[in-house]
Amino acid sequence: MRMLRRWWPLIAPSLLIVAISVVSQLASAAAQRQILSVLVTAAIVVALYVFIGNSGVISFGHVSFVAVGALTAGLATAPADVKPTTFPDLLPILAELEIGNIPSLLLAAVVGGLFALLTGIPLMRLSGLSAGIATFAVLIVTNNVFRNWEAIGPGAKTLSLIPQTTGFIQATIGLILVMAIAFAHQLSPPGRRLRATREDALVAGSSGIDVHRERLWAFTLSGVLAGFGGGLLVHLLGSITTDQVFLDLTFITLAMLVVGGVGSLWGALLGALTIAGLNSVLAEATRGITIGSLDLELPGGIRLLVLGLLMLLVLLLKPAGLTNSRELRWPFR
Amino acid sequence: MDLVQTLIDATALGVLYALVAMGIGLIFGVMRLVNFAQGELIAVGAYTLFVTKQYPETVRVVAAISVVVVLGLVMELIYRPLRRATAATMLVATFAVSFLLQNALLLIFGPQGESIEFLPELNQAIGLGELRVRWITMVSIVLGGAILAAMSWLLARTSIGLQMRAAAADFRTAQILGVRAGHVIRMAFLIGGLLTAVVSVLLAVQRPLATPTYGFLVLVPALVGVVVGGLRRLVPATLGGFTIGFATVVLNDLLPSGSRVFLNSLLFGIVIVVLLVHPDGLFTGRARVEERV
Repeated sequence: MRMLRRWWPLIAPSLLIVAISVVSQLASAAAQRQILSVLVTAAIVVALYVFIGNSGVISFGHVSFVAVGALTAGLATAPADVKPTTFPDLLPILAELEIGNIPSLLLAAVVGGLFALLTGIPLMRLSGLSAGIATFAVLIVTNNVFRNWEAIGPGAKTLSLIPQTTGFIQATIGLILVMAIAFAHQLSPPGRRLRATREDALVAGSSGIDVHRERLWAFTLSGVLAGFGGGLLVHLLGSITTDQVFLDLTFITLAMLVVGGVGSLWGALLGALTIAGLNSVLAEATRGITIGSLDLELPGGIRLLVLGLLMLLVLLLKPAGLTNSRELRWPFR
Repeated sequence: MDLVQTLIDATALGVLYALVAMGIGLIFGVMRLVNFAQGELIAVGAYTLFVTKQYPETVRVVAAISVVVVLGLVMELIYRPLRRATAATMLVATFAVSFLLQNALLLIFGPQGESIEFLPELNQAIGLGELRVRWITMVSIVLGGAILAAMSWLLARTSIGLQMRAAAADFRTAQILGVRAGHVIRMAFLIGGLLTAVVSVLLAVQRPLATPTYGFLVLVPALVGVVVGGLRRLVPATLGGFTIGFATVVLNDLLPSGSRVFLNSLLFGIVIVVLLVHPDGLFTGRARVEERV
């Protein structure tokens, strides 16, 4: 019972996700794709939360780990006989590589984590705005390199013919796995030490916590999960360009995290579900929907406008997010 | 002679970025808020020049400046509830405003871009010996330099300048000593808006295609310059903005043409290194201990 109570903030959201997946089997094919993309985006937001939420340090660079993961998994699973014709400049090792679905996800996670570790070693000394700008610089450099160095990235072209293996089973298990790792981390001693540095870095430091090490560890873990999320994403889309994992994704995932509440796992998930859900409804509405006898059709660009407005309103009215940055409470006395 | 040519062009872009940087620095000083949406002020100015195409040039400039300044003051109203929020919340909030305005522009004008056609004759070059300098380059350097000089006079010699500097140094102490918080913050947004409006007009001559991301593409390097120079003080911030504009042009000329596409990587790579060595900024003197935590 005590175990159940302790792990409730993980169990309840997981049940919710399973329920969503089961119910959506009844939905139309188009709606199913929308829901799948919500689940995958949620996994990426939770990956962001592992670092940003627990450390209180803002990072605009996490989508570069998503990008690394997505491109790794994409390049590793695209058919080896097609790659050399579309991407003649690709390194031989990447061109010949052709592995299965699960190995590619693991590889994406490993590469994402390694990249996070390498960038984190120097960057984790920074905090506040310097950290924000430095991580943003990482994002720009990553995109710039993948876009222009065709030995390791798709350049300005589209990497396609990637097996679309992210169905409901893979998305659900993937998201729950990411959440479980995030929750286990925040309960573990390193997670608690990191949260102490978030409340007051100086006090935490003088109590014997190695601020740099705790941040680096979480940054790396967060990079592993973001890389994994990128893998899920690329197997959902079936094709990818460098611009799909750049500024827009950075904005939307950060918006989800902040709207839900930066400081809790439940906040990360709820923010992702709320905004992605709203996003889908608005996307439908721009194609025209009928509510009762009312025919509603919104102009095309209104979707992002409403999202921006919503995000701003939440920030102004509830600065700690929809969940007040709290975890789900045990509902029984 | 090529070198002199490059240096002149580099100075012109540097001055423009310095003006944007000063606007960012002023607002950060009094509010500890980095206004991402400042870029959209530039874009809105450019679109105003486009919309008023059929009117005389003076009307267009006045319209653009007024719209930008008013929108800047509206932003101050929006940010007002956030004065006590954490740095991350403020950053994301201004990001949201920027996103909102970009998408509003996208909705109204579409993604393909609008041709501004503002004083295109200023793009003609005149020969000075072997140099070929465009009129707008000279206008940018002279006008921008004059404004920067006027700003340093304003900050050093006037009451509002003193109040802004006091608020930037220590907001609470300044308040106790009689500086009115609301007034100083509004003035910072007003002056920041004016600086941004000037940039918008100068830029419209040289980059005549207004797109929704028009301003964002200027703001990002300027903001990076501000942080590299040193966000906490105005002069280092402005110098940082100048440096990044200057460095962009010089590096672009130094790089062999095949690797020019990697200019951004080089520039932002340098930014990362600078931040690691001087987290508090290049031009601020001694680094402060608390930032290293």
